[in-house]
Amino acid sequence: MKYEEKMFVSGNEAVALGVCLSRPHVISAYPITPQTVVVERLSELVEDGSIDADFMHVESEHSALSAAMGSSAVGARTFTATSSQGLLYMAECLHYASGGRFPIVMMNANRSLALPWSIYGDLRDSLSLLDSGWIQVYVEDAQEALDMIIQGYKIAEHKEVLTPFMVNLDGFVLTHTYELVQVPNQQEVDHFLPPFETVNKMALDAPKSLGFSSTPQDNLEFKYQQHMAMMKSIEIIEASDREFGQRFGRTYGGMVDAYKCEDADAVLITLGSITGTARIVIDQLREEGLKVGLFKIRYMRPFPVNEIRELGRKVKAIGVLDKDISFGYEGTIFTNVNSALVGPDSPKVTMNFVGGFGGRNISKAEIAKMFHDLLFAMKGKPYDRVNFVNLGVKTNEIRK
Amino acid sequence: MKSENRIRLNAQNISDNEYFFGHKACAGCAGSLAVRLALKVLGERTFTALPAGCMSAVGFIYPQMAFAINAMISTFPGTASLLSGMKAGLKKLGKEDVNIVGFAGDGGTADIGIQALSGAIDRRDRVIYICYDNEAYMNTGIQKSGLTPFGTKTTTTPAGKNIRGCLTHKKNMFEIVAAHDIEYAATASVGYPEDFMNKVQKAAEASTTSYIHVLAPCPTGWGTPTETAVEIAKDAVDCGLWFLAEYEEGEFKLNRVPKEFSSVKNYLFQQSRFKHLTEDDIIEIERFRDKKWDRMKSKWLNEK
Repeated sequence: MKYEEKMFVSGNEAVALGVCLSRPHVISAYPITPQTVVVERLSELVEDGSIDADFMHVESEHSALSAAMGSSAVGARTFTATSSQGLLYMAECLHYASGGRFPIVMMNANRSLALPWSIYGDLRDSLSLLDSGWIQVYVEDAQEALDMIIQGYKIAEHKEVLTPFMVNLDGFVLTHTYELVQVPNQQEVDHFLPPFETVNKMALDAPKSLGFSSTPQDNLEFKYQQHMAMMKSIEIIEASDREFGQRFGRTYGGMVDAYKCEDADAVLITLGSITGTARIVIDQLREEGLKVGLFKIRYMRPFPVNEIRELGRKVKAIGVLDKDISFGYEGTIFTNVNSALVGPDSPKVTMNFVGGFGGRNISKAEIAKMFHDLLFAMKGKPYDRVNFVNLGVKTNEIRK
Repeated sequence: MKSENRIRLNAQNISDNEYFFGHKACAGCAGSLAVRLALKVLGERTFTALPAGCMSAVGFIYPQMAFAINAMISTFPGTASLLSGMKAGLKKLGKEDVNIVGFAGDGGTADIGIQALSGAIDRRDRVIYICYDNEAYMNTGIQKSGLTPFGTKTTTTPAGKNIRGCLTHKKNMFEIVAAHDIEYAATASVGYPEDFMNKVQKAAEASTTSYIHVLAPCPTGWGTPTETAVEIAKDAVDCGLWFLAEYEEGEFKLNRVPKEFSSVKNYLFQQSRFKHLTEDDIIEIERFRDKKWDRMKSKWLNEK
């Protein structure tokens, strides 16, 4: 395939371009809507020789990630992609890959989970696997998707990190919409991302057992190392963002991306593509004189606890928009944000806005209402901790 | 197959090198014997994966690693896919002159791992898959698997007044694998170690996927003295309840056709897992055996 400097591509195609430029040895993936185009494009790129990789036609997502672990264990750079039910089908392997410290990069097209069956987007798939030991980044557009695949390898393969990396794109909203993206130059990418080298691999001259058992005597220590590697990755993520910026002219803010938060009273925390819509709302509300800001969490793991505490010290009200829910409690992002804010850094008000499930649109008007709710609550009006966005049934109807 | 150049392996010419030792398997474990013998054949340029099961439980207890080659525990359902991934990675890194072998139990093969195994064979990945069949989930404490024989008492098929053990016969893994049009498949028994080792050698020569199904008695689960595993494994073949066969170049071959079967009853009653069986049960087991042998002989002996 011939690269142009600028290409008009979908989110899925941008991911495929990022993979191609990262020169993986092995790609093992199983198709699932809305990730399918990634698998199709990568097959074509392998066929036409653009990628010198082995494309494995695995028979399931479980095997996709199991095979990825096998190839990573022998020292090969490996890519896989999935979504929703597929991500959950490989859930066992997610924990396995992080415990084995295999720096696999995976794209996940965020999609709702059955039942009810739905191919459309929300974040319940990846957020339900926050504890699986993968670095999780959520991107906002196709350009960021492409760039984060390349950065993903850089971060995951760092010798002090060696942790798998999940790039999350909102299903359909990002995977299937087209944008003009800047395609980095291959030579530049090669400089930024040298070939994968690790001592944590099988080798003929130094045979190893990987993926072994541990007794109660050692298990905590292995898991502590895994945790410390994830904590270390914060530094590597920020360094990688800076280096990427110097080389390619695009930076994303590292762990978070704050927009007009400096003097804000009320801030909404978002993940992924809804951030773009929310940014427009901020501009409108700012014109009306409201001191509002937007705070995009880019990485859910490791979690930007310092950035959120700093935000908590500055503002009076924080809203968290969750396209997910932990049934019986609240949105998972909200739980994470609140736990970071416990103590003297906590603002007066924190509210959870739960919605956008199964592809349901969240409008600008609904986002504006979130800010008004936050500002009212800040001034002392009673408010609910968890608020469902544009709920089609009345809560009193549910009670009956 | 390079059969004309092949030196037949035997007890005298097999390698003295050991690649699986210091493990914590039960006394008399035939599964560990199968792994040990296979690795002697395959040698040091071998990468192996083993799923949850006896051999991974006894071979990888940190920090005492029992494999002298590159080895890894796979997920329970993912032995074959992990092997495939190793193969793909090694190929792209320019290391093709190696053996990649998996050792999974009967549960890891015929039940939870069958999907990944089917996928690997379908892709024609050059990996060797060895099923050590001890006829139940032994690592978790003797529960019924898809390869548990009719009548077997296990902890999930108790022999009581109402039900006398396992109600189903062994799943026919050998022919299921052969039906994929695999390059090489074989059955074996640790009771016929030379036959087994030579089949491992053939499997290593395959240019695509190969599969060996080796019967490996478990004294703990079968209720037999620890020193009898090899004899019982031989007896299983001699009484016709197990068989030695190959599938090669699209054709089945029986390696051993007993003129007369030894006593089934004698085979069964050496093992406490069958002690409860009635005469009628034994007749049913013999009827099933005869039907299987009639079919194998009529179909496979006529093939060239």
